[in-house]
Formats: sequence, structure tokens, C-alpha cells
Amino acid sequence: MSRLTSTFEALRQAQRKALIPFITAGDPEPGFTVPTMHAMAEAGADIIELGVPFSDPMADGPVIQKASERALVHHMSLRKTLDLVAEFRRTDQTTPVVLMGYLNPVECMGYQAFADRAKDAGVDGVLTVDMPPEEAGEFVPMLHRAGVDPIFLLAPNSSDARIERMAALGRGYLYYVSLKGVTGASHLDLGDVESKIAHIKSLTGLPIGVGFGVKNAEIAAAIGRFADAVVVGSALVEKIAAAQDRPEQARKDIADLLAAMRRALDS
Amino acid sequence: MRDEIQSYNLPDDCGHFGPYGGIFVAETLMEPLEALKAAYHRYMKDPEFLAELDHDLNHYVGRPSPIYHAERLSRELGGAQIYFKREDLNHTGAHKVNNTVGQALLAKRMGKRRVIAETGAGQHGVATATVAARLGMECVVYMGAVDVERQALNVFRMKLLGATVVAVDSGSKTLKDALNEAMRDWVTNVDETFYIIGTAAGPHPYPAMVRDFQAVIGREARGQMLGLAGRLPDALVACVGGGSNAIGLFYPFIEDRDIAMYGVEAAGDGIETGRHSAPLSAGRPGVLHGNRTYLMEDEDGEIIETHSISAGLDYPGVGPEHAWLKDSGRATYVSATDAEALEAFHILTRLEGIIPALESSHAVAYALKLAPTLSSDKIVLVNLSGRGDKDIHTIATREGIVL
Repeated sequence: MSRLTSTFEALRQAQRKALIPFITAGDPEPGFTVPTMHAMAEAGADIIELGVPFSDPMADGPVIQKASERALVHHMSLRKTLDLVAEFRRTDQTTPVVLMGYLNPVECMGYQAFADRAKDAGVDGVLTVDMPPEEAGEFVPMLHRAGVDPIFLLAPNSSDARIERMAALGRGYLYYVSLKGVTGASHLDLGDVESKIAHIKSLTGLPIGVGFGVKNAEIAAAIGRFADAVVVGSALVEKIAAAQDRPEQARKDIADLLAAMRRALDS
Repeated sequence: MRDEIQSYNLPDDCGHFGPYGGIFVAETLMEPLEALKAAYHRYMKDPEFLAELDHDLNHYVGRPSPIYHAERLSRELGGAQIYFKREDLNHTGAHKVNNTVGQALLAKRMGKRRVIAETGAGQHGVATATVAARLGMECVVYMGAVDVERQALNVFRMKLLGATVVAVDSGSKTLKDALNEAMRDWVTNVDETFYIIGTAAGPHPYPAMVRDFQAVIGREARGQMLGLAGRLPDALVACVGGGSNAIGLFYPFIEDRDIAMYGVEAAGDGIETGRHSAPLSAGRPGVLHGNRTYLMEDEDGEIIETHSISAGLDYPGVGPEHAWLKDSGRATYVSATDAEALEAFHILTRLEGIIPALESSHAVAYALKLAPTLSSDKIVLVNLSGRGDKDIHTIATREGIVL
């Protein structure tokens, strides 16, 4: 059983919901990332999503675009992101880590080389924003063989046929994009999301995470009532942007927001 | 003319040209791309749609565009006869309008009331704003902040036409970043918005659809050459940024194996300097903006900044069909530097009284090299994709002239 599957199984038995924070690897500088991953796990994160910086983050709003730009100034890359995961794994063997990014750095490294290196570094899942299942025929089996879970995004306009296809190829969990838009958008309609999640759950037994637009503990708690996991990204990355020169402060702000979300989710 | 049987039948149903093309987008765009594909397949077979398209191309764009035999230039070069396909004489001054007229009619059929576009040199932005004005659609054009500055004239034209021009300040602030921002707009406003992509790139069906709208260039040229010279040309030459004018000229000639096809990329300061926009000449395959194609990237797969004096060629990728034509050997891709393009600009202006766009000047530059290597009974057909009025300020600045 993969680390992601066993994490969701344990949460289900405890009747708890997963809290999944996202930060971009190497933002604002490479030394910030691993200590912050540990701090997030301590503040109540069940799974960590680590963004791989990309020069052209088409699906991201301005907050995460700027995080990519800050990381790229320090020449952060897919290879170095894998190094950070390996470093994190030295002292944390339980918290699953999911890489989230765009396809080109993976193509550049080579699918098989990436699958092997991700496994070796201790990566549990991979979410490639711009690789729909239609184009994933070669890559996904390589991830399956390496024991790394491919995670697919579902959108409000995904057809049932597509949901079923991604549920069949995906492992670990499915990530439901709560709105039509980019990361960090602010037009989330919880009623819509709830009915869509109920529908998706009628089509698949995989856990469903919800992200895009989760700004605070109240929204997190509301989503936790019907989804299996809540993903929070831009709201955390904003803390980094606001305190770039004060890493301790940024890390504390992130941990505080996550702790508040944890409390709200568990109450 | 459209029912010409082509045994060259790429792309496949998923948009693949060999290993290139495809659909590499976030999930939210899969459904609208499916809807677009269905509409495109339906209307490209619909006689009423095609009649309206032909009417607009004839009466609004001014088609057919002429073919011009540049006798003086040919004589000076002392080799092959050079003919120009005069896309610069189209309404709005470039080939871009062939595609925007087509896509806007499709948008209208699909009930969309808002169109968006990315633009580099501003020609596609102007062509989109033009058709939006005519059809009464809301129009938003994304343009890199660097390009907004170097193409101020076209920015003002778009505003006069009623479009909102958004200067994009992220990344390298040029065409690729404008495309990223247009994609973000589309994913956010997907229900009411039609994204008019300006080049033969992006996720399927865009590369095939833009090619089909631009193929009017090559179809006309075939008939015109037969009428004017009594035969087809020996070589075709066109500049390649994303590659829409080139594929528009090449496509109807792909099966004529004895006709050479040359795509001319922007070598900027020179391929060897690394400061250029020539992915087919010096890049490698990767995935960007919804398709797999040749890209300019670093060793980690990050897209690198490009350079060209011509904003319309300043792009790190290229349409996937060109990637396939390169690998298959059917077309040859070469390059021209900023300096060579400028020299060609002046030569054409002074010898033939035609002021070409800086993009098209790259094609002219290669024709100046090619023609003298061929005998005087050979014919080189060059796609003069746009006129140079928009570039006057860039050229003046480069040559130290204050207007």
C-alpha cells in the first residue's frame, strides 16, 4: 500500500480529513523549503504538495507565478526539487510528498529517469497540470511500476467519462479544481462544489481533495464536511511573499494558518 | 477548392503530427477544446459557413492577394525569378486576418460574445480587434510589456478599434507570456469566451484549424503561379515564428515533392550567440502552450528568453506541423539574423518600392541568398506576410534616427 493510500486509510478510520498544504520548492530561496515542510507537518499537514518551479506556469494565478519566479532566480529545478524531497525524507518517513508542476521539466529529464529518481528521493505522488490522461499513456504506467502515484485534476466541466478514466489511471487521490480559473482565484461557490463532489464520489472510491480558492480556516472546514482532503496553496505562498526577508516569520505565519485550518477541520 | 484530396492527412484525431502536437492543457480546458473541435469539424464542411467565409475574405480582407514578379530585384540578384505573395496588401496589413476572420465566424456560430487573443508584433491583435469591432464582440488582447513598448502604433490601433490591451508583466514580457496570460483568462472565463490563437500552435485543434484558415494563401498561389508563369514555383520561402504564414503557404504544396520549402527562423544576434528565436534550428522537443514541439529550453526544461528584432518572431516554440515537416525532411528550416533581415528590408524597399514587415524581411533575406544559387529559369515564391509600417520606429531607433 502506498504512503498516500495508507495515510487516507488511517484518516478515514479516525474520521478525519486530510490537510494538504502547497508551497513552491525553493521559494523564496532553497534553504527555506525543507525546514518549512517539517514545520507544516508539525502544524497538522497530512500530505505536502511541493510545486516544481516552471518558467511558464499557465494554470497559476499571480501569487504562485511569483513564487516560481523567486525560486528560478536561485536556479531551482526539478533535479534540485528531488534533492529537497530526499533531504526531507531523512527525518520524516511518514508524511507523503506530492510533486505538482508542469510537464516540460519532466519531459526534459525523461519519463523513466524521472520516475526512478522520484521513487529514490521518496516522492509519493506526481501531479502534472498540463498532462491529461489522453497524453499520459506512456508516463502513467512508468509511475505505477515505480510505485509513485499519478494524481489527476478534475474540473467543474469534466464529463463522467473523463472522471471515470482518471479514476482508473489515478492513484492516491483525485484533486478536484473547485472553480474554473487559476490558482488563488476568489470566486468559489461551495454549494456547487459540494454537489459536484457527491457526484464524483458516486463514480469512484478514490479519496477526493479540493483545492483552488481555499483562503482561510472557515472555507477549509466547510470543504472538509464533504471532501476527503483540503488543499491550500496561494494563501500560504502569500505568507512567503509578505515576509521574504524574514524566513522565521514566514514559516511561523504558515504554521499558524495551517494550525487554524487543522483545528477548524477537526472540530 | 477545399475538397482537394490530400493523401497527406495529418494531424490524427488527437492532433498529433508524428510525435508533435497533441493536447497538453489543464483539465478545465479539455471540454472547451472538445467543443471547439466539434464546431470546427462541423463548420468546415458547412456550405453556408464556407460561403460566408469566402465572402468576407473577398470583400472585407481584399482577397485574393496578388502575386507580384519582382523583376528588378531578380535581375539585380542574377539568379532565380523572385515572386511575392502579397499578404501585406490584406486589410490590416498582414496574413493574420485570414485566420481571425475564420475564427471569429466560428465564435459567432458557437454563440460566444467575447474574444481574447495574444499578440507579439500586434498584427494578430489588430486583426482580432478588427473582426471583433465588425461583429460587435468584446475583445481583450494580451501583449507582453516589452512588445507594448516596441509596437506602440499597433497598440493604439487596437484601442481605436475598441479592444482592451493588457500589458503582461510576467516572465520575459513578450509573446510567450502574453500566451500564458491569455490561457489564464480563457480558463477563468471559459463559458462565454472564444480564444482566437494567432499562430498554428497551441493545443489541438488550433494548429490544424489555423493552418486550414491560412491555407487560402497557398491555394491562391498555385492558381496564380500557373496563370502568371505557366507553372508552379521551384521553391517556397516564408518566415517562421509560430509559423502560420509559412504553413498557410506550404500546406497546399506538401504533396508536390519536387517543390522545395524553406522556413526562415529568426537568428537574432546569430545562432552561435544563443540570443535568437530559432527552436527548429537550435532547440529540442518539449511541451509548452498545449503542444509538443521544438522549444528553446535550458538543461532543466525551463523555457529560455528569446531574442529577435522582430516582435512577431520572438517566441521560444513553433507550430507542431513545422516540427514534423523538419523531422520528415519535407521542409528545410534555415535562419536569418537581425542584421540580414534589416539589410533585406532596405533592399526590397529601395529596389521594388515595397516596405516589408521585419518578420517578412527574414524570408526576403533568405531569398536573397537562395536566388543567386539558382538559374534564371527557376522560380522562388516568397510569402510577403506583412507590411512594414508598424516597424518604422524600431528601424529608426536601431539606426540612430530621431523621427
